[in-house]
Amino acid sequence: MLGWGRKFSLFQYPFITACCGMEYMSVACAHYDLDRFGMGWTRFTPRQADMLLVVGTISHKEAPVLRTVYDQMTEPKWVVAFGACAVSGGIYDNYAVVQGIDRIIPVDVYIPGCPPRPETIINALIKLQKKIQKEGHEWRFQRKKS
Amino acid sequence: MKYRIQQEAREGTMLINMGPSHPAMHGTTRVMLELDGEKIINCELEMGYLHRGFEKICENKTFFNMLIYTDRMNYVSPLINNTGYVMTLEKMLGIEAPERAQYIRVILNEFSRVCDHLTALAAMCMECGAFTVFLYMMKAREYIWDLMEQTTGARMTTSFIRVGGVRSDFPSDWKKTTRIAIDETRKVLKDCHGLMSKNKIFLNRTRDVAIVTSELAINYGWTGPCLRSTGVNYDVRKAFPYLVYDQLDFEIPLGERGDNFDRYMVRMQEMEQSLRMVEQCMAKIPRPSSSSEPVTKGLEPAEAIKASRTKKPEERIKLSPNLEGTEKEKYPGILSGKKYIVPPKEDTYTNIEGLISHFKLFMSGHGIRPPKGEAYFAVEGGSGELGFYIISDGTDKPYRLHLRAPCLHIVAALEEIVRGNYLADIIPTFGSMNMIGGELDR
Amino acid sequence: MAISKEKILEDLKQKFSDNILDMTVQFGDDIIHIKKEALLDIVNFLKEDPYAFTMLLDLTCVDYQGEEERFEMVYHLFSLSLNQRLRFKARLQQNDCKIVSLTPIFKNANWLEREVYDMFGVHFAGHPYLRRLFMYDGFEGHPLRKDYPLRKQQPKIHLR
Repeated sequence: MLGWGRKFSLFQYPFITACCGMEYMSVACAHYDLDRFGMGWTRFTPRQADMLLVVGTISHKEAPVLRTVYDQMTEPKWVVAFGACAVSGGIYDNYAVVQGIDRIIPVDVYIPGCPPRPETIINALIKLQKKIQKEGHEWRFQRKKS
Repeated sequence: MKYRIQQEAREGTMLINMGPSHPAMHGTTRVMLELDGEKIINCELEMGYLHRGFEKICENKTFFNMLIYTDRMNYVSPLINNTGYVMTLEKMLGIEAPERAQYIRVILNEFSRVCDHLTALAAMCMECGAFTVFLYMMKAREYIWDLMEQTTGARMTTSFIRVGGVRSDFPSDWKKTTRIAIDETRKVLKDCHGLMSKNKIFLNRTRDVAIVTSELAINYGWTGPCLRSTGVNYDVRKAFPYLVYDQLDFEIPLGERGDNFDRYMVRMQEMEQSLRMVEQCMAKIPRPSSSSEPVTKGLEPAEAIKASRTKKPEERIKLSPNLEGTEKEKYPGILSGKKYIVPPKEDTYTNIEGLISHFKLFMSGHGIRPPKGEAYFAVEGGSGELGFYIISDGTDKPYRLHLRAPCLHIVAALEEIVRGNYLADIIPTFGSMNMIGGELDR
Repeated sequence: MAISKEKILEDLKQKFSDNILDMTVQFGDDIIHIKKEALLDIVNFLKEDPYAFTMLLDLTCVDYQGEEERFEMVYHLFSLSLNQRLRFKARLQQNDCKIVSLTPIFKNANWLEREVYDMFGVHFAGHPYLRRLFMYDGFEGHPLRKDYPLRKQQPKIHLR
């Protein structure tokens, strides 16, 4: 029951940096609507969000900022790595780019693609909803390892 | 080292940080402000949060590989970046694309420019509070991306423009899709004009805010719509015409005061001019060298390779669907320049010359090798003069590739022009400058 | 009154004959090699009417590792009234990579020179705030130099 309530009212915090932001904008707007899944309301502050969407490339200069934002979010929280650059550094294998955000924060769903198509994104978010449904109450009694 | 704003801070003022992850920061820049009440006294901008090492990667990848990285620079108008890079290489190699390919390039460039302006204005209006305008403009952008997807295969990061022409021809029903895109965009522009251009709230927020004189703009190296909003008539398409722009009839909208509202209006008018240019190109484009229907009955590629061992096969070869538009008959219209283009797949499968040219283009050590020297070429990007400066040392990897990013010069002026305004004025100012993180930080 | 490109080049050659090392044309672009000491004078000369080269289009640097004069500064100037672009190049020694800053004349030189300092390590005399632009404070090294490997990992810094 709790899972049902949580999964259909996700407050997302889109941490947008780069090109995938354009695909995020088109998936959130009228054509491929995210609002029908309950994720329409973007909360632009981590304190009120429970889903962190890391969209785009994370450079080494940005990494402490991402970590701070993740730490500021309250439990329960889920992280979606959106786009090839967030998943694994993408096409940028060099001194300036973090090779995947799972080096910094734990990730729940990975969305590959450069940029991913809107249908891929919706598929991934439905998978996340299934995962939330299965999770249940255990988070109250367990400390989440970061 | 302390920030400049910390070093210059006065007594009794408040230092506030609009951090890197901020909804109005269009990605990732950090603005540090010194406030006296609500008025801004000092401002410092820190960027570099999206630095991906583009120029360093260039020195390790071949010219052909670099094409995909250029897409991701100004990611709202990727085809213009492709065009700039490829035309610099064509300048060094001394080849020119066929006429139909030039028209295809111009059509896609102008649509990319429309996408750029739509995104910029949608973000600016959304941050001022007009969420409906954002949704309408995104809807228009989807129709344009439909055409891009049917032609190039991808919605955004296309890598479509190649040295010597374009990768493939338009599909057979492109005129219908283009017509829909133009009509829907015009409808959206009319709606948005009605919602914003005479809206008292929007005018109060943007009129006479962050005024920039033309001398200041030239001193800062501004180009593009922001420079034209101050009244200076400089457009790379008219000053140094490239592709077929000298045969098209279009106007350059100019502003008067150089405030936020002028930058908004210049972009709205430019979109209308771009749509006019696309309509002219649709009428003037030369006919394709063959019909646009893909081959449905013919040899499979594997059979064709086997059959060609004895003699040249007479039947046509049925290529895979994602090679649609690149049949051999289309080539005179879309690609030219023997050594530097991917040969048609029919040649690669059936005869040895095609196979060797394919091999020589893609193997490391061979490939596109411009003569030793350097060249600078500029195209009109969505934010201004997008210049590529390539130094080649005769090998297949660039020695140095530098991008003249128009956003850098425009955003560098932010620190000076917001002084004296209120805190809430930063939002429309930053939005009207159209900062794209990928281009700013490379 | 429009002045032709040849007249501009000839005037430059006449006035700064001992500071201009070479004038070439490559792929249709004009390149003028100068000594680094003369940069400020030449830019001030061209900024006035009738040449009116009032816009600094670009400022960058190239690393020729292995040669004695390792760094080469490249300046692109543009004149709106004459519709002309010119490219100036000045060589710097490896152990003396300093050049005068153009910030008093062009305001965008501020950020462009910070970028060159960040990526190559060239110092600009007279720059009001020479600080890294792209990389974070505490980054060691200058990435675009040829001896900096592409995938080098930096030592970890503390979470601020």
